[in-house]
Amino acid sequence: MSALLEATDLAYHSGGRVLVDGVDLAFAGGSFTIIIGPNGAGKSTLLRLLCGELAPARGAVRWNGETLHAIPAWRLAHRRAVMPQASDLNFPFTVFEVASLGTEGIGRGLSRSDRQRLAFEALEQADVAHLAPRNYQTLSGGERQRVHFARVLAQLAAGRTLESQQALFLDEPIASLDLKHQLALLNTARGLARQGLAVIAVLHDLQLASGLADELVLLHRGSLVTRGTPDAVLTPATLANVFGIALNADALPASPWSLVRAQEHSAA
Amino acid sequence: MTSVALQQGRVRTGFRESRALLLTLLAALVLLVSLVALGLGATGVPLSRTLSIVTDAVMGRTALGGDGLIILQVRLPRLLLGLLIGAALAASGALMQGLFRNPLADPGLIGVSAGAALAAATTIVLGDALLAPLIGPLPFTALPVGAFTGGLLTTLALYVVATRSGRTSIATMLLAGVAFGALSGAVMGLFSYVSDDRQLRDLSFWSLGSLSGATWTKTMTVAPFILLTLLAMPFLARGLNALALGEAEAFHLGVPVQRVKALAILLVAVAVGASVAASGMIGFVGIVVPHVLRLMAGADHRMLLPASALLGAALLVTADTVARTMVAPAELPIGILTAAIGAPFFLWLLLRRPGGMAL
Repeated sequence: MSALLEATDLAYHSGGRVLVDGVDLAFAGGSFTIIIGPNGAGKSTLLRLLCGELAPARGAVRWNGETLHAIPAWRLAHRRAVMPQASDLNFPFTVFEVASLGTEGIGRGLSRSDRQRLAFEALEQADVAHLAPRNYQTLSGGERQRVHFARVLAQLAAGRTLESQQALFLDEPIASLDLKHQLALLNTARGLARQGLAVIAVLHDLQLASGLADELVLLHRGSLVTRGTPDAVLTPATLANVFGIALNADALPASPWSLVRAQEHSAA
Repeated sequence: MTSVALQQGRVRTGFRESRALLLTLLAALVLLVSLVALGLGATGVPLSRTLSIVTDAVMGRTALGGDGLIILQVRLPRLLLGLLIGAALAASGALMQGLFRNPLADPGLIGVSAGAALAAATTIVLGDALLAPLIGPLPFTALPVGAFTGGLLTTLALYVVATRSGRTSIATMLLAGVAFGALSGAVMGLFSYVSDDRQLRDLSFWSLGSLSGATWTKTMTVAPFILLTLLAMPFLARGLNALALGEAEAFHLGVPVQRVKALAILLVAVAVGASVAASGMIGFVGIVVPHVLRLMAGADHRMLLPASALLGAALLVTADTVARTMVAPAELPIGILTAAIGAPFFLWLLLRRPGGMAL
């Protein structure tokens, strides 16, 4: 598999502090990668470097061999969508308008009603279609997060008219979601990976991460510790070294996710 | 699925229709207050006569009585100036609030008003005291030209201060603007301290704002600046909508953030600079108008910018009509009226929001 997104010797400093240091990574389309690590490990910074938001102090990120920073913002917006950790709005936009931001100016040959349909379908996918006419400011934290998920889904759908290879970046996408919607969101993200997108998420829940990811990337103090399948990454030794906890990975209690997966399997 | 499709249809058409309706109503309001403004004044002119004078003039017929002169040479340029400045201030306010992601932002935040005021005060006091003895009385264009230039230069300076390696920090620009505003206030205080009675009167009249100096020349000089900026503003609407989510999010959505910021600052500096140069400082239009419209019709800048321009135009013309008829034949400075109406209204807006206002 050739890499869609490739980072070489990536480094970033801010205010004299090294946040990301010498990271080499490659991401392929069709794979769901989850970045894990303790607080302050540089997970979000790495994500912001990979999506082109931050310019690296050293090294480079390449999209199919093309330097990310040479790609204009509008073209990049067709290729990848980014779901932020939290997003406040000081103006009374409706939920539908927020989702529509994902389709405005994105895509080729889309009529006005096409764009509205894409936005509405994305709202349905994120289970917030019933909130469409509501003022975004009156929503709960979890509902807001789902609306932003709908926005990035709409952006990807619109961008697909121009770019066949896409990536999705999720920064702590389930932080304020209830269990049902955590699973639904991550399932959708996994589904997108199955359709060929490179999906890259930052997640804190190791159980969910291990149950879901094709690949884990473990960061510690800005550096890449290891990457690989969940079983290979989440060993007692790395957990003790990186997270400072004595934990037997084999003895992780069954996560709700694994229960749901079990049901899916038995149903199939 | 059908219910969802139905809801989808309702959401769509509901938006489109209510927006078209709102803009039509606002345009009708502008027309109405304009006709009233032309008819009212020290010499009252009935509506039918006003209409026939204006239509005659438009058709190129010049059969004018005294009331025709009053309307065409005095009230019409003033009306048009009021419409232009009201539209410029309100639309600039909406633009600034979008840029600063803050519903309390004012067009003055980028330093253009303070810079213009400082330049105007300098012209009024120093120009009068230092230059006038050498070259005789300053031409009457010195004040507006000085104010316009001062406003633009100040905004440019703040922009340069706030821009590091190609990125403009809106927060730095805001804080630098506050610092410059304080400095300009100090210098203006010094000027009013050393000025003589006539200069002091000019200063205070200018800082309260007035449309009383309106002539065709003035209106036609200001018009291209304001009309061009008003026409350009809607092109920023999508970028401003995305910016409401944050600069990073706007970039993710493909918006050229730095270009939007620079263009928004330029447009506001030109529009507000031209307005302040022509009419002095007129407060609160830029804050109150977009705010009311957001409450009525939501925050989408594609609607907000044109609607603000229309409501701002109607509001300023109304205020000006009151300002020149309430104590006729004298006139109130219009800034007194807009602040007297705007400030309590603004407080009321703050009080009726249950959760307080997010800054």
